[in-house]
Amino acid sequence: MKETPPNYLDEHSVSSWLLTTDHKRIGILYLLSIVVYFAIAAVAAALMRINLLTPQGDLVLPETYNKLFTLHGVMMVWFFLIPSIPAVLGNFVIPMMIGARDVAFPKLNLLSWYLFNIGGLCALYAVICGGVDTGWTFYTPYSTTYANGHVVTMIMGVFIAGFGSILTGLNFLITIHKMRAPGMTWFRLPLFIWSLYSTSVILVLATPVLAITLLAIAVERLWGVGIFDPNLGGDPVLFQHMFWFYSHPAVYIMILPGMGVVSELITCFSRKRIFGYHFVAFSSLAIAVVGFMVWGHHMFVSSQSIYAGMVFSVLSFIVAVPSAIKIFNWTATLYKGSISYDTPMLYAFGFIGLFTIGGLTGLFLAAIAVDVHLHDTYFVIAHFHYIMVGGMVLSFMGGLHYWWPKITGRMYPEAIGRTAAIVTFIGFNLTFFPQFLLGYLGQPRRYHAYPPEFQVFHVLSTAGASILGIGYLLPLLYFLWSLKFGARAPANPWNATGLEWETASPPPRDNFEEIPIVTEDPYSYPPEPEEEAKPEPQHA
Amino acid sequence: MNFHLLPPEASAVARESDWMFWSLTALSLLICGLVFLPLCWFAIKYRRGRKVDRKLTAEVAMWKIEVTWTVIPFVIAMGLFTWSADAFFRMETPPPGAIEINVVGKQWMWKLQHAEGAREINELHIPRGVPVKLTMISQDVIHDFFVPAFRMKQDVVPGRYTTECFTPIKTGRYHLFCAQYCGTTHAAMIGWVYVMEPQDYRRWLQQGSPEPLAARGEALFHTLGCSGCHGASSKIHAPPIEGVYGHLVPLETKEFVMADDKYIRDSIVLPASQIVAGYQNLMPSFKGRISEEDLMALTAYIKSIADQTPEGYPK
Repeated sequence: MKETPPNYLDEHSVSSWLLTTDHKRIGILYLLSIVVYFAIAAVAAALMRINLLTPQGDLVLPETYNKLFTLHGVMMVWFFLIPSIPAVLGNFVIPMMIGARDVAFPKLNLLSWYLFNIGGLCALYAVICGGVDTGWTFYTPYSTTYANGHVVTMIMGVFIAGFGSILTGLNFLITIHKMRAPGMTWFRLPLFIWSLYSTSVILVLATPVLAITLLAIAVERLWGVGIFDPNLGGDPVLFQHMFWFYSHPAVYIMILPGMGVVSELITCFSRKRIFGYHFVAFSSLAIAVVGFMVWGHHMFVSSQSIYAGMVFSVLSFIVAVPSAIKIFNWTATLYKGSISYDTPMLYAFGFIGLFTIGGLTGLFLAAIAVDVHLHDTYFVIAHFHYIMVGGMVLSFMGGLHYWWPKITGRMYPEAIGRTAAIVTFIGFNLTFFPQFLLGYLGQPRRYHAYPPEFQVFHVLSTAGASILGIGYLLPLLYFLWSLKFGARAPANPWNATGLEWETASPPPRDNFEEIPIVTEDPYSYPPEPEEEAKPEPQHA
Repeated sequence: MNFHLLPPEASAVARESDWMFWSLTALSLLICGLVFLPLCWFAIKYRRGRKVDRKLTAEVAMWKIEVTWTVIPFVIAMGLFTWSADAFFRMETPPPGAIEINVVGKQWMWKLQHAEGAREINELHIPRGVPVKLTMISQDVIHDFFVPAFRMKQDVVPGRYTTECFTPIKTGRYHLFCAQYCGTTHAAMIGWVYVMEPQDYRRWLQQGSPEPLAARGEALFHTLGCSGCHGASSKIHAPPIEGVYGHLVPLETKEFVMADDKYIRDSIVLPASQIVAGYQNLMPSFKGRISEEDLMALTAYIKSIADQTPEGYPK
């Protein structure tokens, strides 16, 4: 069954992997790394949820609990969510989608992966040495003056990994600008490319600010230079401005790629052109731009001026509009489609449902008078998990199932795949919906113990988390199983459009035998799939 | 085990906050319906293999649809913003005639002092129906004074005063939480707010006949040696403290600054930062030598003599 030219997986030596400059292999390297980081962060979450089964928090000590949520946050945000879709799926499919043989700077691409893992290991080293209890937000002056533990080591880990992000963003921007195949005009790009283009802009512009901020913490902590600690003449709230100037756009780094994946899935599995292509494409850019101007909504009760609060509130309401546009266009795409319920589509449906709820609860938090009550409670936790897990993790899983045949040349087992998607959806809602109620009741976040009247909701949430855990474990097992026992995948198992499906599964080392010439708009699905008339970009 | 689905509604703001919360909930349910019902309907009606008409009718004006579902959410969003910003503005404006209570947050306890002199730890007693204004500061890291029953919270920041206002409307005992992560036993930095009938509150205030805050400040003014320079009989050329609070003070830099809590505090811990016009910087900094509670007591004293005129000044 092997294709003649050898495919990109044919070489097996360790050095062929560790020194590869093939974007596809680097994508797989990223996949392996983030699975490890995800597993560590998930174990931390599981321990926290078990601890919260009882009001007095019986499993771990308060300091351990604080280290657990710090570990969970740092690992999930910087070492799983941010690289998940961009660095794994983006690396793998961007060059193929635009008809290129690789990214613009293949060696930089490999360097990004090494930086990412040096950062990850540095952060893990801080954990092994005794951990950090500042929370992933590193608020000053706690992080600079009062916290014990290996704050600087942890920060350096994030700092180094940040350079990996910047280089990845840069690489993608240049690849998308300069390496498109003949005929692949801007408005023939799949929407996944548009969303990753927007993501890359944020990665390149926002991550340096994070680097500066983290460095400032290290400088104050190591040498007592007063930047944030008022006792040294600094301003603790300044830190929050600098941190959220990166970290709010980072939220969009964590959701825009998911939106891109969902645009691919919805069109493929309903066999329809996307409704309102330009609106979906430009809403990504609008989110990226406006997303830079809403950071102060994390600081409504921080002692920021109330007028600043109002400006950030109105901008936060505005940034909701482009997200709403996307939801409406995806729904409209289904109209008169031919919809199948393959696993990736189930994840896409799950994404739309959970992202809608996540987005709407964002309105509660943008409403400044209501945020005063909900800020720093479990309501916020539930809200951003609906976006981060309900949005990003579900779309990542959807995309991974969708491209799995392309990546590995094997099919995953469909029935159990659908089961896992449904289990994940149920488990997720049971975990996080009770947290909305808890937050409204007033349960503050980052509490190791809590008043007994909140226990019912915590128990429900922990029960949900164990179901969610099964939803994560199943794909891990059947993906591994499929590598050896899965059916051989054809070049285009989903009858999808898009250049990545024009080449073999798994693709040859250079993606295409001949660079394709693009003559059609994206998503040129035939109205009736039964006709099996798949439009093909013509080959030169 | 006691179990609630809704938190108690114990302040004037809580009613407005809840009204907005439930309106947003209703709106969210409506929008969910508008998205999920068509989604499910399409997903069932147009499922693969089902014989239905899939012919798209002649070109619909797509831009009209797009503009519609861009403009309507935008208008709704702006309406919500106006409503909540207006409510927030009123929340943040201290009501006239509020009782003033000082709050100092430290790892991991709340210390509160009433103007009448009563001091409490992790408990706050207040009368029903009377506006309360908290002036808060942290001694170490950032904390947050959160009373869910009042739907109110505000960060308590080191090095600067923040304020939080509310009017309790229902007697009872309510949770007080620290809502900003502040270190190891953050979860134990909790307490209770007791809302009492006004006459009970007055009785409670008199317990142990405490020294009023301003009087304690005056005593500190002497024991810390402030009176040596700022006192009436002093030979040293130092600015007087009578009649200062709430007035504009001219500075050496030819600026004016309002003498509020922040100004008083800065003048004690960072005296060199704002030199009063016509004086030299002779004052040693009291940074690290005076607690936040004592600073607040001194401020209360200086505030209590805001109507007086310094000796030797024309009336």
